[in-house]
Amino acid sequence: MADYKPLQFHVPEPTGRPGDEPDFTGIEIPAAGSAPRPPIDVDPSEIKELARTMIRVLNTDGVAVGPWAEDIPEDVLMHGLRSMIRTRAFDERMMTLQRQGKTSFYMKCTGEEAIAIAFQQALSKGDMHFPTYRQQGILLAQDYPLVDMINQILSNAKDPLKGRQLPILYSVRDYGFFTVSGNLGTQFVQAVGWAMASAIKGDTNIAAAWIGDGSTAESDFHAALVNASVYQPPVVLNVVNNQWAISSFQGIAGGNSATFAERAHGYGIPALRVDGNDYLAVYAVSRWAIERARRGYGPTLIEWVTYRVAPHSTSDDPSKYRPREESNAWPLGDPILRLKNYLIGRGHWSDERQTQAETEFDEEVRTATKEAESHGTMGSGSSPKEMFECVFKEMPPHLREQRQKMGV
Amino acid sequence: MPQMNMIDAIRDAMDVKMAEDDNVVVFGEDVGYFGGVFRCTHGLQEKYGTSRVFDSPINESGIVGTAIGMAAYGLRPCVEIQFADYIYPAYDQIVSEAARLRYRSAAEFTAPLVVRTPCGGGIFGGQTHSQSPESLFTHISGVKTVIVSNPYDAKGLLISAIEDDDPVIFFEPKRLYNGPFDGHHDRPAKNWSTHPMGDVPEGRYTVPIGKASVVSEGADVTILTYGTMVYVAEAAKEETGVDAEIIDLRSLLPLDIDTIVASVKKTGRCMVLHEATLTSGFGAELAAQVQERCFYHLEVPIERVTGWDTPYPHAQEWDYFPGPARVGAALKSMMEAV
Ligand SMILES: Cc1ncc(C[n+]2csc(CCOP(=O)(O)OP(=O)(O)O)c2C)c(N)n1
Ligand SMILES: [Mg+2]
Repeated sequence: MADYKPLQFHVPEPTGRPGDEPDFTGIEIPAAGSAPRPPIDVDPSEIKELARTMIRVLNTDGVAVGPWAEDIPEDVLMHGLRSMIRTRAFDERMMTLQRQGKTSFYMKCTGEEAIAIAFQQALSKGDMHFPTYRQQGILLAQDYPLVDMINQILSNAKDPLKGRQLPILYSVRDYGFFTVSGNLGTQFVQAVGWAMASAIKGDTNIAAAWIGDGSTAESDFHAALVNASVYQPPVVLNVVNNQWAISSFQGIAGGNSATFAERAHGYGIPALRVDGNDYLAVYAVSRWAIERARRGYGPTLIEWVTYRVAPHSTSDDPSKYRPREESNAWPLGDPILRLKNYLIGRGHWSDERQTQAETEFDEEVRTATKEAESHGTMGSGSSPKEMFECVFKEMPPHLREQRQKMGV
Repeated sequence: MPQMNMIDAIRDAMDVKMAEDDNVVVFGEDVGYFGGVFRCTHGLQEKYGTSRVFDSPINESGIVGTAIGMAAYGLRPCVEIQFADYIYPAYDQIVSEAARLRYRSAAEFTAPLVVRTPCGGGIFGGQTHSQSPESLFTHISGVKTVIVSNPYDAKGLLISAIEDDDPVIFFEPKRLYNGPFDGHHDRPAKNWSTHPMGDVPEGRYTVPIGKASVVSEGADVTILTYGTMVYVAEAAKEETGVDAEIIDLRSLLPLDIDTIVASVKKTGRCMVLHEATLTSGFGAELAAQVQERCFYHLEVPIERVTGWDTPYPHAQEWDYFPGPARVGAALKSMMEAV
């Protein structure tokens, strides 16, 4: 007789649910400055440890330490901080618009601002992001007009996307912002294709792919990795691990078995795991991976460790599935506060200037909102005629007929 | 009898079957602890444990693929795809695998599973929360396709689907979860508590797959429809005074052709109404079948009223949606043309 016991089915559980105390003891946080900085042409097999540790620059005293501490120009730092404050102001205001019934939907990136913004600052004109819905910081770190963003969110007469697309799924080619799909994961592999095209054409453009922890489960994530591994195109593969995918914690995407960065190892792709709430680390690692791509050394996967402070979207209530105090207990802190304290420590900034900036951006967003609202809210001002345009380059007869039938 | 909305009725169907049959398992994105983004599985994990109700990784192909493996082993998985708009990564598993397991293995292996998925628009969800892809499933051989329109049917049909020995794609028009919706989006929302089909018996009962329901009798035009459009048809009937017979197909495949033919032979006019796009939509199949069987009884050409052949727009939702005005106009023109 065999002595096998009945098998048991394993389902990962998060460390806490509503009513529990938040528990992040499982997240190991190495000291700032402890991770080595390899040369950009490093052999991936030599830096496997960088996928398990966490690259951090800002220490608890708010000082930049270690090999990843760069001499970042003051104007870059200032712009980074101001863009993060601006993004947070924008998110708050848009959330209010949704509650007022002026738009159908919104998603905030609260707590994750440093990632999109610092990465964008490290990128060059001509490069292309394939963002998810939570990288509004890419646009807000550039001079893209707020009013145009809000027009899209309101689906009004001036909506650049003509009312066809769900709010926040922007498309801004000139700003390196690929049209955002609502279908998870699909664009991660498209970014690889874009980068392959740059190499085929002999250009120097790179692509930045973006995906959430939950969405790394999608088959397209793995398709991206195998193509990136085979063709070695100039692409940076960004995984934003904000711990949650709606109500599912990162363990449901396999995060308890290996880090998301380690996914790359099976494909021989170098991978770095980074404190995503440390602006200085984000900027330095982004520059490293972007330079590596542009110099022709191939793809890099970066796992940005952060926390989704906001609800998933305006349709979500996180108090139903995670401890209420969890976001306050998040051990990597708030990216804005951390950069602010660093700049104050260096004598570049002050509490007064912080308050001033908050007021300034709050007003800027209010003014832009007012202007956008004058073009309509919640779809008003959009044209039914636009519904039939852009399905094809030239409207085929059957659509022409349908449009006529509709009388527009 | 208990009053239920469609969410409660769907949950109750799973509850009844899970209590009765240990082989029934439920999984999908966010369906475990949280109970689904529409709350259709709320409370089931607590009641039946994480081995029978659990969250899946965000991989629709994985959800259906693992369900097929389980079903072939002997379980009866009832899985959720969070929105029908996200079912496409699972399409290969449905078309090439679930639909053909029985055929290619001479019934050595079968896939008795249910894929539940919210479909349809009317919630300002844009192109990724509004689609009606039912005809992509009726076009393949080997899966049954059901689309429900009220709580009573939803529970009875879901129980039938779970008990069915073949794979069933089970569409739930999300705009109907909380109440009937007739397309008048500017009027106050109704709920199921005042609707007779919101009376849902406790315990097990079934509504058979493959049986249509005549929801409103009439003499002059047959309206073949399903899902949300059932209520749009009722509104158009009332507003135009055209004596239409409204048939809620409930099951698209297998199709209750006898009920359809009897009605069209009686009325001599046939309208096909669905929210999905026109070209190659399920309406094309209906029109063909009615034409083949009722040609000499038809007084006017079969009329199709559907969504336009565009992606589902966000702001232009009510221009896209085939509401009572469009249905009413088509009804009138069918009555005037002779
Ligand atoms: C193919 C597909 N499946 C499911 C969904 C529904 N959905 C939207 S966002 C989301 C969670 C994604 O989580 P994650 O990738 O971690 O990104 P985050 O929201 O945390 O930024 C889900 C399941 C979708 N949009 N597309
Ligand atoms: Mg996430």
